[in-house]
Parts: sequence; C-alpha cells; structure tokens
Amino acid sequence: MIELFSYAFIQRAFIVGFLVSLCSALLGVSLVLRRYSMIGDGLSHVGFGALAVASVFSFSPMFFTIPVVVVAAVLLLRLDGRRGLSGDSAIALIASSALAIGIVLISYVKGTNSDIDNFLFGSLLSVGRGDCILSVTLSAAVLLCYVLLYPRLYAVTFDPVFAQAAGVRSERYTTLLAVLSALTIVLGMRMLGSLLISALVIFPCLGAMRIAHSYRALTIVSALESLVCFVLGFVMSYELGTPAGASIVVVHLVSYILLSIVASLRSRGLLAGRQKR
Amino acid sequence: MTLLEARDLSLGYDGHSVVEHVSFQVDEGDYLCIIGDNGAGKSTLVKAVLSLNPPLSGQLTFNVDRRGIGYLPQSAMLDPGFPTSVEEVALSGAVSRLGRRFFYLKAERERALGNLERMGMLVFARRPFQELSGGQRQRVLLARALTAASRILLLDEPVAGLDMHTSSELYRLIDALREDGMTIMMVTHDIHPAINSANRILHLGHSVFFGDRDEYFASSEGRAYLEEAGHHD
Repeated sequence: MIELFSYAFIQRAFIVGFLVSLCSALLGVSLVLRRYSMIGDGLSHVGFGALAVASVFSFSPMFFTIPVVVVAAVLLLRLDGRRGLSGDSAIALIASSALAIGIVLISYVKGTNSDIDNFLFGSLLSVGRGDCILSVTLSAAVLLCYVLLYPRLYAVTFDPVFAQAAGVRSERYTTLLAVLSALTIVLGMRMLGSLLISALVIFPCLGAMRIAHSYRALTIVSALESLVCFVLGFVMSYELGTPAGASIVVVHLVSYILLSIVASLRSRGLLAGRQKR
Repeated sequence: MTLLEARDLSLGYDGHSVVEHVSFQVDEGDYLCIIGDNGAGKSTLVKAVLSLNPPLSGQLTFNVDRRGIGYLPQSAMLDPGFPTSVEEVALSGAVSRLGRRFFYLKAERERALGNLERMGMLVFARRPFQELSGGQRQRVLLARALTAASRILLLDEPVAGLDMHTSSELYRLIDALREDGMTIMMVTHDIHPAINSANRILHLGHSVFFGDRDEYFASSEGRAYLEEAGHHD
C-alpha cells in the first residue's frame, strides 16, 4: 500500500483521479437530473477523436483536445430542445463518428500502436505534471462555481422555466455546465479512458438517488460515493494489476448495487431510517 | 393601481401569431381568470407575462418588478422523480431575490418556511417532494410562488389532474391569499373559479373578451362558454 505512493507518476495519477472523481460527481448531479447523461459519453468520444488528431499531427494533446471538446459540449447542450435531430441520436451520431475518425487516422498514419489502447482504456502513465496542475486548477474552479452558484443551479435544474421567470439566465448556466463537464471529461479521459469516463459522471448520482431524500443530500452522497469508489478502485487496480479505469467503474457498479439493496430494504421498513409514508 | 397592462398585444412563435390584438389590464387586488379553448394562446400569454417570449407586436407594460411575479407552472412540466425536499422547493422561490448575492438570507429561509406554513405544508418540510400527492405538491409549489412573489401570482392550470375535493381546497387557499392582498392571474379550464371568485375575465379564442365577470357571463362568448362547460342556470 505505502510503496504504491512512492512513485511520482502514481501520486500524480492519484491526485488527478481524486479531483476528477469529485468534479464529475458534482457535475453529474446536474447532468443526470437534466437528462443529459449521454452527453458525458458523447464528449468522451469526441475527446478520443481529438486526441487521435493531436497524436497524428503531434499537437500538444491537452491544448488541442480541450477546446475541441468544449465546443462540442456547448453545441450538444444547445442542440437539446431544438427541432430536427433529437438530442440522443445526435449524440450517438457524433460519438461514433469521432471514434471512427480517430481510429482510422491513427491506424493509417501510425499503423497499429498502443495509442488506441491507451486512449480507449486509459493509462496511469499518461498523467503528466501539466495534467496535475490543470486538474488542481480545474477542480478548484468547479468546486467554487458549484458552491457559489448552488442556489441558482438548484433552481435551474429543478424547474428551468420557473428559474428563468425568476430572472435566472438559465442558458448561461447550461453553457457553464457544458464547459465544466468538457474540461472534467478531458482530464479524466487520459487516465480512465474515453470508453469509461462517462461512468464517473453517471454512477455517483444514480447511486445517491437511491437513498437521498433531498437535493443537498444527493449532492453530498454523490461526491462521497465517487471519492470512496475511486480510492478503492485505484488500490484494487494496483493490487490485482487490472487497468485503473475499469477497476474504478467495477467498484462503482458494486456500490450502485449495494445502495439499491439498502434502498429496497429501507422501503420495506427493514432498516432504520426514513420510510415511505 | 394598474400592475400590468397589455395594449393591442400579438403573440406567437417565429413570426407565426397565436394571439392577435389582445388588450387587458390587471389592477391591484384583481382576480383575473384567463379562459379559452386549447390552442387559443393561453400558454403563449403566460410565457409573455413571464418575459420568456417577447410579443410580436403591441405593448406589455409592468408596474411591478417582473421577477416579483410568483409563477405556478402546470404540474405536468416537472419531473415527478426529482430527488428534493419540500423545504428546498419552497426556498428556491427566493432565487428571484438573490440579485448579486450568492446565498439565501436567513430572512428568506424564514419566509419560505412561513409560506409552507400558510399552505399547511410545514409538517412536510423535510419530506421528499416526490412522495407527496398531487394536491400537496401544488401547495408546495404555491408556497414557492409566494416566496418569489411580492404582489402577483400567475397560476397556470392549478387544479389540472386533481380531484374535486382537492381542487376546492386549493381554490379556498387561493381565495384566502387574495383576501390578504395578493393579485391573482389564473389560466384555467375549470369554469368554477371564473364563476365563484374572479372579478375579471379574459377569454381567448376566435373572439376575444376582456371585462368584468358579470359582463362576461351576460355576453355571447360567456354564454356559449357556460353552455360548453355544461353549466346551466
């Protein structure tokens, strides 16, 4: 356990993963409740495409991927509510196209190499010093926004029409949500892989929804669940030699099942706590 | 005092008009019922009053802070599974009062709890909103509207989907609010508040009527509406 943290790259991966888990859980609450769960998935695929392009043309991966994914996030959230192509089919379309373009580009230019594998399933080694600084800055920004804007974010999430009538610029908060989600996903993607990062957005909120009776409890439980699962998954990955991203997601799944069991026991009055009616 | 005045108002989307050349006004202490068939533009009018949809032409003048209009949306517009407590819902009405602040003041929390008490929902304050019955939810949303509102309530189909008994309880609560000085604007399919409580009627449809309740029920539009509603003297 202790020797685990004697490597600098492991320390970095742990810091980035811990902070990304916290941010994605908080943003996930808003995304899931506003029925934007699929956006995480769409953005991570766009991120894969962008990473592939960056790798082929030797661009700096972060500085190229971040703006691309941020633009995609704003466009995807705007798409929702418009006529024409419906939100979820648009996401599926963009996600699979970006994935396909990325794979074709890498395979054609570089031949088969470990890049595809790393981008899809993540790699602890890919977390550099720059990522570490970026993730500390970003999570500070996400936390600050979340705490300071909490009353407004709640109002916009619960009832956007009422919030707008009350003078809250709903679309601004939607854009902010899109930008922060994009940044979180790009940061987390390097370590967890683009196929698995969206789990970090969805699982904590879905798990917490099983047991939380208020929005505040939901937020707190989501954040805690995400952090605990990350630490357990990270250690499991080290002990068993399994990929970090997949290990963390498996722990999230187990936690979701446990929370569901707690919720169903509680609703039958078998556990102490608040009961239905 | 006139709180809100519409002059020759035309409303619609993308240049396609739904409501044309409507004029009305809402005075302090009024109980205005907005009635009319489906598609007559009632929801479009609600959006215009909430400043969510600008008029195509004509004028809509407010003599109150627009954000101080307490809005009760149609219940079908909310996600019934949203995990939140009753207290949190009522408090979110104070979002209209935040201004440049980030957090609610203690006075705003007390105001929200006071409004829950007024609606007889204080005992449910810590309960999950999703476990309430339809009538109880409407009371909580009414408490939220009161937390937002200073002078006007805009109620969009407040009794849709509720049974007779629950509806009349809700109407009694609304009547009591008006007696306390609140001005009421209500969009409704139900003829009862128009007959029993309203002092003014705005009828949207092929022909538009705005005026006192008694005039309305004496007019051809009013008589036709009464007959359609199956209400005979």
